[in-house]
Amino acid sequence: MAMLEVKDLNVYYGMIHAIKDVSFEVNEGEIIALIGANGAGKTTILHTISGLIAPKTGHILFENKDLTKIPAHKVVSLGMAQVPEGRRVFSQMSVLQNLKMGAYTRDDKSEIEATLEMVYKRFPRLEERKNQPAGTLSGGEQQMLAMGRALMSHPKIILMDEPSMGLSPILVNEIFDIIRSVNESGTTVLLVEQNAKKALMIADRAYVLETGHIASSGDAKELMNDDSIRKAYLGE
Amino acid sequence: MTFLNYLISGISLGSVYAIIALGYTMVYGIAKMLNFAHGDVIMVGAYTVFVAMSSSGLPALPAILLSMVVCTVLGVVIERVAYRPLRGAGSPLAVLITAIGVSYLLQNLALLIFGSNTKSFSTVVPLSPLKLADGRITISGETIVTILASIVIVVGLSLFINRTRPGQAMLAVSEDQGAAKLMGINVNGTIALTFAIGSSLAAIAGVLLCSAYPSLTPYTGSMPGIKAFVAAVFGGIGSIPGAMIGGILLGIIEIFGKAYISSQMADAIVFAVLIVVLLVKPTGILGKPIREKV
Repeated sequence: MAMLEVKDLNVYYGMIHAIKDVSFEVNEGEIIALIGANGAGKTTILHTISGLIAPKTGHILFENKDLTKIPAHKVVSLGMAQVPEGRRVFSQMSVLQNLKMGAYTRDDKSEIEATLEMVYKRFPRLEERKNQPAGTLSGGEQQMLAMGRALMSHPKIILMDEPSMGLSPILVNEIFDIIRSVNESGTTVLLVEQNAKKALMIADRAYVLETGHIASSGDAKELMNDDSIRKAYLGE
Repeated sequence: MTFLNYLISGISLGSVYAIIALGYTMVYGIAKMLNFAHGDVIMVGAYTVFVAMSSSGLPALPAILLSMVVCTVLGVVIERVAYRPLRGAGSPLAVLITAIGVSYLLQNLALLIFGSNTKSFSTVVPLSPLKLADGRITISGETIVTILASIVIVVGLSLFINRTRPGQAMLAVSEDQGAAKLMGINVNGTIALTFAIGSSLAAIAGVLLCSAYPSLTPYTGSMPGIKAFVAAVFGGIGSIPGAMIGGILLGIIEIFGKAYISSQMADAIVFAVLIVVLLVKPTGILGKPIREKV
């Protein structure tokens, strides 16, 4: 039984058929990569899963609950967090306030405190800057904050939208190391990336999205050795 | 000494503007809309107190509490019925025009129920005036209560926003509604709460305004509403301390304009000052510059 199952999803923006019959699944403990060019529909799929966009048809089952029938703000408490594209940290709030927003749906103060310690341990820079407005952080630090904020809800699965966007190669490596270690500590990851090479390197399986439909899928290592994938997405 | 008297009445009038401006600025900051019916909620608040005290014989404090409840419910209902269905649907102008419509609706309903005759509002403040400097400076009980009320409200609101969970949710919604939803924040609920707070403040403003200027008509809220909107823009719309500073400065400018220049020109002077401020600093006194995406 898959943890997250997307079945025959169709999403429209007005007249534009953005997502066409997309189906895929994520099993507990996996890192799944959704790769594809700009405009292929990767972000649309994530937004539909988290309820920011309503699909025309199709189902999204998370631990057997149909997310298409649940309002966006109730998805977090089911155990699903998202690191949105472009980080979208609350720039006028402090780093600490941002992290606390991540735990908005949780009640137990001591458990929140423990998660905060865990996040600080993973991202020591966030602790150093906890009283600084998030808008004053660098791009890499904001990415870490967005990830830390998502972890604060103590999710079973974390959806990451283009975590490498706009970061230097060194920071990209650092971010991908963190994603891998978050996964190793028990959180399932659905990763959307334009940087297909990096994504395939850490993913277990991957789905390749082309103009709204899934063009191919399979084991990440095998896809990496697939000639057509190498040509189209790995720039070789 | 007359200067000091004018200054005090300016601060007093400005405090009322500030309390109204808080409602404008919070709704703008969080729901990104201008609620032009806000001024008329003040009028409803004042009529509620008037009816409760003169017809039902309620004492002042329960009457004010009743009025706050009535305005809170009214504000939430207006948001739910008139604004929420239009949110996110096409042009933000649709909500703006609806707000103007709601404003006229409230005025005409009041006209229908209470008639166009001016009601004389009896003050809710039992304090006698405070005389200072051998009676050369007089501070009325209304003035003292108004200024104290505005300080308590601004401090209370700041604490609420910075220290409580719903307050933090408001901040998050004001920055990014989508990201706020991803945190599990009920955006519609947060906006409704903002309307509730703004409208209950409008009730307080209505009572204070009519205690100081005791003539009540269905149009009583209209001009103070517009001036409070000016005050909110003047101080930097979206900013709570900005609304306070903008309101008080506006009150002082208005009273000084009336006293020293011309009582007929006072409103024109108020708006002229707004234009000058916006030419020099388009985001208002405490307004944050619009951030550019990198």
